Amino acid sequence: MANESSKKSSAKKSSAKQAASKRAAAKRASRKAATKAPAATPDDLMQYYRDMLLIRRFEEKAGQLYGMGLIGGFCHLYIGQEAVVIGMQACTKEGDCVITSYRDHGHMLATGMDPKGVMAELTGREGGYSKGKGGSMHMFSKEKNFYGGHGIVGAQVPLGAGIAFALQYKGTDNVCLTYTGDGAMNQGQVYESFNMATLWKLPVIFVIENNKYGMGTSVERSSATGANLHDRGKAHGIPGFEVDGMDVLAVREAGEDAVAHCRAGKGPIILEMKTYRYRGHSMSDPAKYRSKEEVNKMRQQHDPIDLVRGRLIDGGHASEEDLKAIDKEVKQIVSEAADFSQQSPEPDPSELWTDVLLDA
Amino acid sequence: MTIQVLMPALSPTMTEGTLAKWNVKEGDAVASGDVIAEIETDKATMEFEAVDEGVIGQILVAEGTEGVAVNTPIAVLLEEGEDESALSSAGASAPAAAPAEPEPAEPAQSAPAAPAAAAPAEAAPAAEAEWTGPTKTLAVREALRDAMWEEMARDESVFLMGEEVAEYQGAYKVTQGLLDEFGAKRVIDTPITEQGFAGLGVGAAFMGLRPIVEFMTFNFAMQAIDQIINSAAKTLYMSGGQMGAPIVFRGPNGAASRVGAQHSQCYASWYAHCPGLKVVSPWSAADAKGLLKSAIRDPNPVIFLENEMLYGQSFEVPDADDWLVPIGKAKVVRPGKDVTITAFSIMVGRALEAAEKLAEEGIDAEVIDLRSIRPLDVETIVRSVQKTNRIVSCEEGWPFAGVGSEIAALMMERAFDWLDAPVARVHGADVPLPYAANLEKLALPQAQSIVEAAKAVCYR
Ligand SMILES: Cc1ncc(C[n+]2csc(CCOP(=O)(O)OP(=O)(O)O)c2C)c(N)n1
Ligand SMILES: [Mg+2]
Repeated sequence: MANESSKKSSAKKSSAKQAASKRAAAKRASRKAATKAPAATPDDLMQYYRDMLLIRRFEEKAGQLYGMGLIGGFCHLYIGQEAVVIGMQACTKEGDCVITSYRDHGHMLATGMDPKGVMAELTGREGGYSKGKGGSMHMFSKEKNFYGGHGIVGAQVPLGAGIAFALQYKGTDNVCLTYTGDGAMNQGQVYESFNMATLWKLPVIFVIENNKYGMGTSVERSSATGANLHDRGKAHGIPGFEVDGMDVLAVREAGEDAVAHCRAGKGPIILEMKTYRYRGHSMSDPAKYRSKEEVNKMRQQHDPIDLVRGRLIDGGHASEEDLKAIDKEVKQIVSEAADFSQQSPEPDPSELWTDVLLDA
Repeated sequence: MTIQVLMPALSPTMTEGTLAKWNVKEGDAVASGDVIAEIETDKATMEFEAVDEGVIGQILVAEGTEGVAVNTPIAVLLEEGEDESALSSAGASAPAAAPAEPEPAEPAQSAPAAPAAAAPAEAAPAAEAEWTGPTKTLAVREALRDAMWEEMARDESVFLMGEEVAEYQGAYKVTQGLLDEFGAKRVIDTPITEQGFAGLGVGAAFMGLRPIVEFMTFNFAMQAIDQIINSAAKTLYMSGGQMGAPIVFRGPNGAASRVGAQHSQCYASWYAHCPGLKVVSPWSAADAKGLLKSAIRDPNPVIFLENEMLYGQSFEVPDADDWLVPIGKAKVVRPGKDVTITAFSIMVGRALEAAEKLAEEGIDAEVIDLRSIRPLDVETIVRSVQKTNRIVSCEEGWPFAGVGSEIAALMMERAFDWLDAPVARVHGADVPLPYAANLEKLALPQAQSIVEAAKAVCYR
């Protein structure tokens, strides 16, 4: 039923509007990509679809709560970049660690952190991962090996190298996924980290999320060597690869090679994910530095969720109904998280003074 | 003339050493650069080279001697044409062994005896003349922009650099319009590379340019603090006055609203701690404009601390061609007789609000806007305390070694006899700033905290 009706409505639209025929072309293009795409089981695809959708819906809800004044300060949404963390997380095993910047909600959900705890941190409540004391940019989960949530551009990069150092020191074959933005790639400490990581063969994967902009500055305007950031490790002997960050399977494939490289003790590796953020830099950014067309083109032709959806449907792995069921499940999770984030009380005033120092 | 070969100091901490081995004997000819001995320091065994040419006339300290003080003559070198007869006079002219151990320096003293090396007192500059002419209403954001605009128009060597200052028109829209007016040569978008562009700015300032370096917020200046202090603040001194850095580092400082611990810090006392820097932190738009213009013209590095919450607040600003406010002069923004309240930046507004509340309870507070943290206008504060006999210092930053600590110490030194109550400090809670709305409010000092502190020092 649902399947049929949605088919009908899409047929109506495509006959009516040119834009829709473009969309259809995009669908065809993605189908083409699907045939070239690395093999994935239907179960994998369903899982990635669900996980990416969870991030998307979660972020949309966060944006909404921000608009309602329930979330304050800076709030950087991850919408558009979902394939990066989901593809990378698919390559990890127990004990692997993750660290990133302030654009961190997607990473937290990908590591399996509870959406309720994440949302409640966004609203600054007791039930949040940092008891409300960290906020959107500063959340951590020792249990899920998620090391934050860092507000100073570039600062997480040496921290990630340090986590990798500890993983190596302890004799594990675990790796640290160290995410960084394109803008952050101009911070000196990134290169200091590259040098040490190679020198000591640290098991660290530097995942550059090149979403084309650092705030209002395009990567071309900030990078002397243009948009190619995966080359930035060359001087330090770090192999670097460019990856289609809008395709979860391409991410996973690159991620698997990178993880294998690290686990084999071959030192650091760079993956540059070509990706895109649909929203402004933070909630207060009108994003006038790029055109609507640019954004729409990415949304319509390169959306990471649509891509997987197309593969599922076209490959006959799922029906519209199956996907609707997932949509429903995800919506439910997000709405419960939103409810929890509003019901959880503000932290007790005594919390102001806790967690500054530990007793020696 | 014979040449004395002295026991060398081979490390910054070496005061004596062992003459481990002579590589030459009396009568040997040596050239400069020849290794003549091996000397053991506390850290290593070092080769000791001759610095002159000649013949070893006499070895004064035998191989194996321990505890040879630095600068003790260890050998005598005969120059060309000299023979051993020259040696007798050489002995006589030997300096009296090694200089004695330096006397331990007197421990630095605090009051009441003034420390021996007290800095010369800095006299506060004359205040700007009272403005009676026309004014216009400007937001702090516009006043800052106008100041940069005027100074860039006035002086070709002034340029502006920072993240998003040009095409984006400033992350907080403070630099609006400057790119259009002055072009990309003088209004420069940088990559996110604070230590790099702060250092580059200092280098350009060494060359006589006058950079205005904007930090998107001062929280990010921590990436660059080494260049600010080690390069900008110290070079004038280290070069014996040859070159300094006429540079302004500016941007929002302190807490904004709910932006969490890493984005909410007051750096006033951090920078004010360092000699070689001036630190300014205005509240009103008129002061923002006049002080920024003075800062740009100042031949020294000036840290200019703004506040995001004030950017949108409007004030009357003198409608003058060239409105300047001197750095180093505080301003009494509300006269009163019962208690002195000092504040800077956003805390001035809260202090005035507190003064209103205090007035309702019959306490007449005098509010001083410090404007400049360093140099600090101690004179104005002391004069006020001589009248009120009580003082409350307010700041958003942490208490430990804060601006309030400095004021408390200064009042003890300079106004002790006039104080009828201990100095009170109002400040941010001594914790990283929490995100939760209720905790953030508890952490930041509000007008009510000032009211309470003022009442306490009035014993009310
Ligand atoms: C050291 C430092 N400088 C400046 C900022 C302000 N800032 C926050 S995010 C950002 C842009 C970063 O861009 P990018 O690394 O591409 O990450 P994205 O936001 O695109 O994920 C800037 C300049 C900061 N947080 N830290
Ligand atoms: Mg970016």
